[in-house]
Amino acid sequence: MNILVFLIPAALLLGLLGLGAFLWSLKSGQYDDLEGAAERILFDDEDDRPDEGRPDDGGPDDDRTAS
Amino acid sequence: MNDTAATTLDPARPDPGLFVREAPGGHARLDLVVQDMHCAGCLRKVERGLHELPGVEYARANLSTKRVAVRWDPEKLKAGAIVARLAEVGFAAVPFDSRLASALDDNEMKSLLRAMGVAGFAAANVMLVSVSVWSGLVTDMDETTRAFFHWVSALIALPAVAYAGQPFFRSALKALKSRTMNMDVPIALAVILATAMSLVQTIVNARHVYFDASVTLLFFLLIGRYLDMQARARACSAAQNLLGLRATAATVIGPDGMQRSVAVENVEPGMRLAIAAGARIPADGEILTGISDVDTSLVTGESLPEPVKPGSAVYAGTLNIGAPLTMRVTKRDDDSLLAEIVRLMESAEQGRARYVRIADRAARFYSPAVHVMAFSTMILWFWLGAHWETALTHAIAVLIITCPCALGLAVPVVQVVATGRLIGQGVFVKSADALERLAQADTIVFDKTGTLTLGRPQLVNGAEIAPGDFAHAVALARLSRHPLARALAEADTAIATPKATDAAEVPGMGLEARFESGTVRLGNADFAGVRDRADKTQHAGPELWLRRASGETICLRFADTLRPDARETIEALRQRGFAVELLSGDREPAVRAAAEALGIAEWRAAARPAEKIARLEELAREGRKVLMVGDGLNDAPALRAAHVSISPADAADVSQTAADFIFQGARLAPLVETVDVAMKSRRLVFQNFGLALAYNAVAVPLAVAGFVTPLIAAIAMSSSSITVIANAMRLSRRNAAAANR
Repeated sequence: MNILVFLIPAALLLGLLGLGAFLWSLKSGQYDDLEGAAERILFDDEDDRPDEGRPDDGGPDDDRTAS
Repeated sequence: MNDTAATTLDPARPDPGLFVREAPGGHARLDLVVQDMHCAGCLRKVERGLHELPGVEYARANLSTKRVAVRWDPEKLKAGAIVARLAEVGFAAVPFDSRLASALDDNEMKSLLRAMGVAGFAAANVMLVSVSVWSGLVTDMDETTRAFFHWVSALIALPAVAYAGQPFFRSALKALKSRTMNMDVPIALAVILATAMSLVQTIVNARHVYFDASVTLLFFLLIGRYLDMQARARACSAAQNLLGLRATAATVIGPDGMQRSVAVENVEPGMRLAIAAGARIPADGEILTGISDVDTSLVTGESLPEPVKPGSAVYAGTLNIGAPLTMRVTKRDDDSLLAEIVRLMESAEQGRARYVRIADRAARFYSPAVHVMAFSTMILWFWLGAHWETALTHAIAVLIITCPCALGLAVPVVQVVATGRLIGQGVFVKSADALERLAQADTIVFDKTGTLTLGRPQLVNGAEIAPGDFAHAVALARLSRHPLARALAEADTAIATPKATDAAEVPGMGLEARFESGTVRLGNADFAGVRDRADKTQHAGPELWLRRASGETICLRFADTLRPDARETIEALRQRGFAVELLSGDREPAVRAAAEALGIAEWRAAARPAEKIARLEELAREGRKVLMVGDGLNDAPALRAAHVSISPADAADVSQTAADFIFQGARLAPLVETVDVAMKSRRLVFQNFGLALAYNAVAVPLAVAGFVTPLIAAIAMSSSSITVIANAMRLSRRNAAAANR
């Protein structure tokens, strides 16, 4: 049963990594234009990063979620 | 920054310069709506086209909301050039007032998504641990391991519940503060109680904990809430894009004679305004110079333009279709006729605020029942001599198993599917409870102009007119912007016309030009010098007169044509049991003709906004639930006063704001589709409630009897939610329903 002491924290860590990735993708605006993102993969040259030019986004509340 | 060049380009469109905002780094920023952007190709054309302009630093199109954000160097480029550039690559762009976009909604959506992510993570991990405990309970797991697992669950679940449960806690608190009940009260109570109780159980090292139940519950409910909100946000952004089409700028003539563009809010009494031909009049006032025709259909519902001359009063929201005018503003923006209509609307609004959504009505009966049941379970077990912990555990089990998880999903899921299906048909659902209200409607009241009709006159007696006369009439009509002249010109666009010289338009009267045969006039009866009009004016609609060079006069009759499928639509609605009524601000002959053509027995003409409301109130007193269909500004208060309302997409923006649904296109068929979807949604919602209750009928006795382990609770809860979702999905199968017709 001692193996659990390693397995459970490992599972939790992986889960947290996934959660972190989700929160990061949400914060960086990847869910803002799902239809556009689906089409953009067809472009060869253009950048496929989401819209980051919105000054009213990314308010102070975004930092709280990291915890 | 004000770009007068752009204003003169197209006076009917708002000046993009007014919508420019400052961006960091000395850049200017503009949001545009590009409605016909549909695919990767369009997206690329728009972005490429803008990037090729000098000074554009950033251009990004959003395909979901059909908006484009541009950031550029204001020194190198004017706002008008951006719109012009988009027109060059083939897209009509309208500046979007970004103050309209509710940043709040966006943030709320994001925080819901974050809560969902956290709840999902917690649910998955707690379940993982729980499954080990459940299997351990029937095999050889020792107490230390079980306690360890319970502590791990607690460690994950406590912060997750504290974070992801916030939307429900806040809403429940708000409801309790105003001494009402909503679905969130039992949810919040069950989640908090289950979590707290589980913590106690963990500390005393009991066999069962309920962490898994509380986080899974939160996860499912957050999914429902997010779907609900997304559907509404989608329809909302579509409606906001439409609002962008209105004229929001006025051209002010300064004391020095210079013209500049000013936002409508800043127009003051006493200002002199220039109104270009084809522009909307931005304020109430008096004409100073110029003779023209004004289309007042937006305000009065009257489909024929009204001639104006110096001294005539004009109202905000009407359209100048003749010659350029100058006017003096007499009333502030907030006591114009427009503002009065808005006030009528607000008072009508209060009448409707009493409507309670189905889900909340259900909660009113459901949640006290649940709480009483849980409480009596505890008393019962206590009375039977159980330990207080056991009694409380069973009570919580009842709370969890009856928790309106499926009930919470029952309405939003149906709404999402219904809204999605309607958007596909070009109908936007604007308010959350609109579908519920529509399903109750039993009477339909139509406005005429622009609703049952297209709002455009068309020539009706073209066949009676000699080809030579007709050619002369079209030749003259092509020179004018008057709607009757345009209708005449459009009646036959291919016709070869004789050459006209010395053409002159007398605003408010008609046109005159010299042909080979002599001088020909086209205009109203006085202008043509008609003498024997008494026996010729039986026609209900507007008319134009042509005066030949020889002095004879010929009458050209027009009528506002009905939407192509108006008759079938009304027939289809009658078959569904609706009483149909026509309530128009237009003149009696025109309304009578439309009513007779459509077979509507109940009609009323020349109704003012207040009279329309009075009629709706009368119907409401008779116990009818009215669906109002209208488009004009004069309909807006009625749209608000009715039980539920629909507006076409080319309606006045005030009407669109007032209506619950907006439909696109020239056909009325979306109306029937919307009614059908609403009826079906209502059925599905009730089925879902039935499913949820049926599941409770089985599960509650088990829980009261104390047989419910966390495993059973979790399985029962998930399966009831999934059943409800699957049931709602049946609404999206449209083809089967269409084939039956």
